[in-house]
Amino acid sequence: MRTALLILGFCILVPAVAAGLIAYDALREPADITFLNASNDPTRELWRAVNRKFIAEYAAETGLRVEIRQSHGGSASQARAILDGLQADVATLGFWFDTDMLRRGGLVAADWESRLPHRACPYHSTIVFVVRRGNPKNIRDWPDLVRDGMRVITPNPKTSGNGKLAFLAAWGTIRCRGGTDDEAREFVREFYSHVPVMDTGARGATTTFAQNGIGDVHLTWENEARLEVSESGGALEVVYPPISILAEPPVTVIDSVVDRRGTRAVAERYLLRLFDRPYQELLAENHLRPIDPEILAKYADRFPQIELFPITRIAAGWGAAQDRFFSLGGEFDQLYLPKQK
Amino acid sequence: MAPKPNEYGPPRRHLEDPPWVRRSLIAAALLVLTLLIVVPMASVFYQALRPGLSDYWGHLVGDRETRHAILLTLFVAPLAVLANVVFGVAAAWAVARYRFPGRTLLVTLIDLPFSVSPVVAGLLFVLLFGRNGYFGPALEEWGIRVLFTVPGLILVTTFVTLPFVARELIPLLESLGPEEELAAVSLGASGWQMFRLVTLPNIQWGLLYGVILANTRAMGEFGAVYVVSGKIAGATDTMPLRVEKLMMEYDSPAAFAVASLLTLLAATTLLLKALVERKMKQQLTDAPG
Repeated sequence: MRTALLILGFCILVPAVAAGLIAYDALREPADITFLNASNDPTRELWRAVNRKFIAEYAAETGLRVEIRQSHGGSASQARAILDGLQADVATLGFWFDTDMLRRGGLVAADWESRLPHRACPYHSTIVFVVRRGNPKNIRDWPDLVRDGMRVITPNPKTSGNGKLAFLAAWGTIRCRGGTDDEAREFVREFYSHVPVMDTGARGATTTFAQNGIGDVHLTWENEARLEVSESGGALEVVYPPISILAEPPVTVIDSVVDRRGTRAVAERYLLRLFDRPYQELLAENHLRPIDPEILAKYADRFPQIELFPITRIAAGWGAAQDRFFSLGGEFDQLYLPKQK
Repeated sequence: MAPKPNEYGPPRRHLEDPPWVRRSLIAAALLVLTLLIVVPMASVFYQALRPGLSDYWGHLVGDRETRHAILLTLFVAPLAVLANVVFGVAAAWAVARYRFPGRTLLVTLIDLPFSVSPVVAGLLFVLLFGRNGYFGPALEEWGIRVLFTVPGLILVTTFVTLPFVARELIPLLESLGPEEELAAVSLGASGWQMFRLVTLPNIQWGLLYGVILANTRAMGEFGAVYVVSGKIAGATDTMPLRVEKLMMEYDSPAAFAVASLLTLLAATTLLLKALVERKMKQQLTDAPG
């Protein structure tokens, strides 16, 4: 009997105390509004900075305390979670198509792109190379990636925005330099034969390359590359290829969630503020290319001038690119045959 | 303990392994244990404590999201264990005391969560409780959300730990047999009295053993919880998820601090398990007949 009481006591008292402490913690910093930002992988540091600024600003203006929760993961995985019912008030994903999936799923209004300035993209970015100190393999440009014995780290295009952009960048550089579709296909096929592991999200690939020491070159978001290099303490460096893709990650409120939770006003304000100067500066400080030309000029030394080709060079738009390259049985599926043994 | 007198006469040297075999086997076992268990465990604590004790403490309780993750694990795991105790005792009783069609199937089903990969377990729950799942839309109408919430975490944790208590109790109840219980009932005990005064004292150590195992697994569970948590910092991150997140955010000292706490919990459990094992042996030898 004593043992049974002990077990019952553990199963009831411990959760009760834990729940009490959680409630106490919540009471100490009570929030008037709570909302969730579901985002892609490499923007953890960005949103921490943005949230801090927005919370202070909102409190000063309205006297209300906002609590912003973050969820991070591969862009497509996050879209999947939202479609499965993750109650995110805003989606700040890495790839246009993933955001548009939410519209197709009926969670976001049809006109989501035109509700915010600049086609709902508060910043641009691109895909660059990270190499080991001193660039021992002398990697400068896209053709270098498929030299014999080169090992390339990039996440899975099926689940990650970073992965899709790396694919499209590899394809597009061939097209922009006068190559045909067949030549592009051949290059990308060879490119993926140099990829030993594919992580599901950008940050996972960074860990593979930077911490586990796998691979000669890591293809990632510009901001992720800069962070990765600064965290490496001199063991890694960034290489800008002469040409890469213009990435345009859009943001949106999720209508079904904000309307149910009554958070539309604050969520819309949060996203709209991203296009204003103070937040554009914050984006630039986090190595994301601001769309405000003056802020971009101010931080010009952070963003080397390389040719950034828009998605329209290789497809009608982001949606068309998704359908052609990443849909079931699309170009990527045809190219990437798992190594058979 | 005093050396036991050899029951079979003087040691028969020719039946024993030669000393070099014994020594190299022991050395090999020790080497593998050191490399695979002792060194990594020690390095977790070394990495966690390297920045100093006050930093260590700060990593654990100073950060609101980490604090929440620790408390959430302490909330979720015991509740999953509680569900396990209720289910485990009921299932073990049914299997050990009754004969019914489908009994073997039930025993097999109880084992299922052991053989299903936790990630698959998580995906099963997405399939059931997702917005487009079988139960999701109906529950949504009632304003109940399971996926990406704390109840969802408790549910999957219960699922992956389900076999522990039942597996422990079934053989125990079977070997005890129903005689003592029948005697109690024939002497006029009610069903509850019989359970409380006869069955429970007999199975208490086995029950506790199952609870300890289930609790260890519940606190450390990653895969299934990862799938259904939605990874919301400060809301649905448990300790193992928090470790992964901190690691991903380049905060390795904090990640190691949380990892060391998780390891410490596991070590405590191991100690308790050893104690309970000793008690169980005692009970077996003390038992008459």
